[in-house]
Amino acid sequence: MKTLSTIVEKILAKKSGKNSTTAGDFVVADVDVVFAHDGTALLAIESMQEIGINKVFNPDKVVFFIDHAAPSPSPQISNIHLAMRKFARQQGIKLFDVGSGICHQVLPEEGYVKPGSVIVGADSHSVTHGAFNAFATGVGSTDAALAMATGKLWFKVPETVKVTVDGGFKEYVMAKDLILQVLSIVKADGLTYEAVEYHGNCIGDMAVDGRMTIANMAVEMGAKASPMELNASTESWLKQRVSEIEPVKADKGARYSDELFIDASKLEPLVAAPPNVDNVKPVREVEGLEVDQVFIGSCTNGRIEDIHIATRILEGKKVKVRCIVIPASRRIYMEAMRKGYIEKLIQAGCTVGPPTCGPCIGAHMGLLGEGEIAVSTSNRNFTGRMGASSSKIFLASPATAAATALEGKITDPRKYGESA
Amino acid sequence: MKITGISVKLGDHINTDLIISGKHKYRTQVISELTKYVFEDLDPKLKDRLAVGSVIVAGKNFGCGSSREQAPRVLKAAGVKAIVAESFARIFFRNSVNVGLPTIVASSEYIRKIRDGDSLTIDLTEGRLFDKELGVDTKISPYPKFILDIINVGGIAEYYKKFNAFPWDVKSI
Repeated sequence: MKTLSTIVEKILAKKSGKNSTTAGDFVVADVDVVFAHDGTALLAIESMQEIGINKVFNPDKVVFFIDHAAPSPSPQISNIHLAMRKFARQQGIKLFDVGSGICHQVLPEEGYVKPGSVIVGADSHSVTHGAFNAFATGVGSTDAALAMATGKLWFKVPETVKVTVDGGFKEYVMAKDLILQVLSIVKADGLTYEAVEYHGNCIGDMAVDGRMTIANMAVEMGAKASPMELNASTESWLKQRVSEIEPVKADKGARYSDELFIDASKLEPLVAAPPNVDNVKPVREVEGLEVDQVFIGSCTNGRIEDIHIATRILEGKKVKVRCIVIPASRRIYMEAMRKGYIEKLIQAGCTVGPPTCGPCIGAHMGLLGEGEIAVSTSNRNFTGRMGASSSKIFLASPATAAATALEGKITDPRKYGESA
Repeated sequence: MKITGISVKLGDHINTDLIISGKHKYRTQVISELTKYVFEDLDPKLKDRLAVGSVIVAGKNFGCGSSREQAPRVLKAAGVKAIVAESFARIFFRNSVNVGLPTIVASSEYIRKIRDGDSLTIDLTEGRLFDKELGVDTKISPYPKFILDIINVGGIAEYYKKFNAFPWDVKSI
């Protein structure tokens, strides 16, 4: 009898030379792409040296990014960048330098991500690439070093939870609100060691930008991977960048450890209040809280759709608090310029930064002082993450963030909608 | 392999930003210089208690958040011998195996009974955790054999140096 498999079970079977795998199996899989950034790459280089393997297994399959603190805010970080560039030159691997953008955005834009591939990143948000029907997971520097050195890595085949999302969003409800809703149900450790597969017409009709937002935050529930079936818009996006697209579908009758159903048409704008990502509330419950800073960007929400929504709300008006907008990649930055968004945002009083992770990880470009409150479109609201220990972060969609910037206090974006 | 240490009790969802903040991890590549910032946003005094040969005892989802391997490395450098928790975030778990820091999964009932400052003994081979003050021991979730082999030699780099192969090169895992 044919084994009925989830997407992850299929990909890991193929990449470990087996006919099939079942959740719980240990496999050693071939890695199609391994990448690291300026927060993790140097430790990966050192781990390779510690292990004693001097050459990467295949220079075309190892990629470095300078994105976490780019341009460098200190001599110490400049030295990390120097060491990465030196290693990349010696090994003949591609390095995306200052200004290219965030690894999770640039990797698929540059054609490194294909359906059915195994992608390993020395960054927890590597699950983002599940949006392209890949098995993509975050690892630490030593695992990245093992993959860089040998092209292989061991995995325990995870159980999969199936999330079906049907229905369409109301105006100014976004993919971010959907993933915050999933987080509020599943909780921050609800998917530890597990994968999550999304189904339903909401995900099937969704454009690449929103799908990446949803896959990106799977790790905030502890998930190992967040593979989605390929849809038409993602396939046409990929066709401009890669050849030979072979989608991997879950079998009908595959075994899931749990199932969840969400009606997207019933969602409203949400926030994750500090200091945990699953502390989710409707915006209306915290509406009116004064904020000091708004950040629109990051690997979660720094894409063209996000900048477009923010521009729609901010165009022709003036922000009341400092509002930092950082496109996730150079390509997005240029597209936003061509479409006139950047000029409109600057006219509205926003500060538009170069493509980088920015203040999300507390490295640079808008860190918070004692007691300051921020609304951020990023993915973590942990204590002290964006600055002082006493500062606070509310996670929200770009629409909520833009409306909040206009009012200087947390604001439901539907107020600015056509139906308002 | 037996590990002994004094318990330092922490709560649920101790994330890697709390262990070592992103603000500091870029300051230096020398891990021992980062130990002064361990748990800075949680309790700046905690680092002194880790130094005496400690075992962290925590709740659910220890090590959630960022993939930064500086987190288990800096805990080890700060004097942590092992971490006992109800569950671990998966990247932190893998990182700890690779750097040779034992991560022990025990029942929430037993973990709740352990008090701050208790003397703990962990026997990884037998799969037992013993609290001297409680006077009773408990079973811990066993590591797969290949992971126990990595932990026993102190991490994956040490393993490769010793055997000139990875555990999965020798036989299937």
